[in-house]
Amino acid sequence: MSEKTATKKAVARKDMTKAQWTWKEMKNNRVAYLMIAPFMFLFTIFTVVPVVLSILISFTDFNLLEVPNIVFIDNYIRLFLDDDIFLIAAKNTFVFAAIVGPTSYFMSLLIAWFINELAPKIRSIVTLIFYAPSISGQVYLIWGTLFSGDSYGWINGQLLEFGIVSTPIQFFEDADWVMPLCIVVALWTSLGTSFLAFIAGLQGIDRSLYEAGAVDGVRNRWQELWYITLPSMKPQLMFGAIMAITQSFGFGSVVTALCGFPSVDYAAHTIMHHLEDYGGMRFEVGYSSAIAVVLFFIMIGSNMLVKKFISKVGQ
Amino acid sequence: MARLRTRKHKVVLSRSTGGDIGITLLLVLIGAFMFLPMFYVVLQSFKPLDELWIFPPRFLVYNPTFKNYKDLFILMNTSWVPFSRYVFNTVFVSVVGTTGNLFLSSLAAYAMAKIKFPGRSWMFKLVRTSLMFHATVTAIASFIIMSAFHWVDTYWAIVIPAFCTSLGLYLMKQFMESNVSDAVLESARLDGASEFKTFWVIAMPMVKPAWLTLIIYSFQGLWNSGSSIYIQSEQLKSFNYAIQQIVAGGIKRAGAGAASTVIMMLVPITVFIIMQSNIIETMGSSGMKD
Repeated sequence: MSEKTATKKAVARKDMTKAQWTWKEMKNNRVAYLMIAPFMFLFTIFTVVPVVLSILISFTDFNLLEVPNIVFIDNYIRLFLDDDIFLIAAKNTFVFAAIVGPTSYFMSLLIAWFINELAPKIRSIVTLIFYAPSISGQVYLIWGTLFSGDSYGWINGQLLEFGIVSTPIQFFEDADWVMPLCIVVALWTSLGTSFLAFIAGLQGIDRSLYEAGAVDGVRNRWQELWYITLPSMKPQLMFGAIMAITQSFGFGSVVTALCGFPSVDYAAHTIMHHLEDYGGMRFEVGYSSAIAVVLFFIMIGSNMLVKKFISKVGQ
Repeated sequence: MARLRTRKHKVVLSRSTGGDIGITLLLVLIGAFMFLPMFYVVLQSFKPLDELWIFPPRFLVYNPTFKNYKDLFILMNTSWVPFSRYVFNTVFVSVVGTTGNLFLSSLAAYAMAKIKFPGRSWMFKLVRTSLMFHATVTAIASFIIMSAFHWVDTYWAIVIPAFCTSLGLYLMKQFMESNVSDAVLESARLDGASEFKTFWVIAMPMVKPAWLTLIIYSFQGLWNSGSSIYIQSEQLKSFNYAIQQIVAGGIKRAGAGAASTVIMMLVPITVFIIMQSNIIETMGSSGMKD
């Protein structure tokens, strides 16, 4: 049903209660339910149920073998009060996400903006250069080669050659180095969906707005960016933020691949790793579900917060 | 860069030379940061052994050779599960997963975008909310569900969840909302076309960029998936996993490892080059309004 007929019906059926009208609409549109059913059915099983199940299991001591007992919030108490490694992991996760998320977001936005005025052919080549690392799978392992801990690693080779160090730096075994390096690598692979969304958002801005802006006294590109460009692409800014934030919590595998598991002195140990440790290796499913639930709410919470913040841009 | 072209005439906006230089410099710097490691992998893959292990290490290759690619090929032929089996696994999973995802997501997206039925708004919001968390948090619970279905160690554990990606539905729904006109659909319905026929014959051809994007996203995800917690049998493991095992062979396989990385990244990059304009077009309607 198109918008028009739907509203017409709503007006015509003032005599019905809301429930009756809803039921009528549902019957009229049963084909729509048929169309969404396959997707929503699978989505429920593989996304909604796992979230609910995680929350439920997190209140038990389930370990895959024995019948679980309900332990209420014991897992959470243990997590926050008794598990020092979790606190390290939580700190690392926040540092990681707080640096990678915003940096990747603003880097995507700035680059998209810089290349917007280039000729289309050149722009698509530049886009490819920036976007390629994020879609090339395991290619980030090259950073392991570049920063290899022996003298054959390119960085160490140069440092030795110029006499800056006398023995190779063990980049991935040094607690001072692992976190910064992982952040750099994560940033390198982070120009993904949000980057493309920003490019598209900038392309979609009505050019006549700039003309009008110039007449109204917009003097330089910075004013143009602030007064015209950003407000016009707010929906993309919102979508890009959600993509960037969610992504910034998901770099666990990059860290594991480069620094091993667990990383030296837990220097790059994130909640993601803690989850893997208890869920995937120790089979403390109840406890690891509590970790997953905490991580889940951190992700949703930070997304909601940023969404709220962005909706205020230009108001 | 000094001028901004508009449709009717050129508007001269003050573009300071300093700003132009600064922006170009920054772009070149970040560009080098992005590009050089990628370029280094390609160079590594053409280096003979004595250049891979030389001190001081060189960035460039002096005597390029295809030996690493030949070695990789030989290693592939000596694996105890025939290498063609790994390739088949990845191709099968990618093709079936992508096809299912495209069909189910488009169907649901069409209904959510173009049919006003009670509940569509909260259902879409539910799917949209799932963009806000990473699948890792549900990994344990998903594993329990897969075990209950007896899907562990089968293709289905990989393929079926790939059918219902929230990003796929989100992008498709947004694109349909802004690119498929209600009037056209209405006239098709008045001509007696069923809702399914309207979807398939009228709406789908109008959203080609969106389904190409969906195919690419789904395919990239499945192509790049390495080892999975659901798959234990060697016969069911992916091409990417097999390649990683080869690379894990240590120092003497550094060259073959680089060669395999180049082969693995060539596929998604080529696909992106061909489809870039379609993806950008789809992203044009990706915005989130509330």
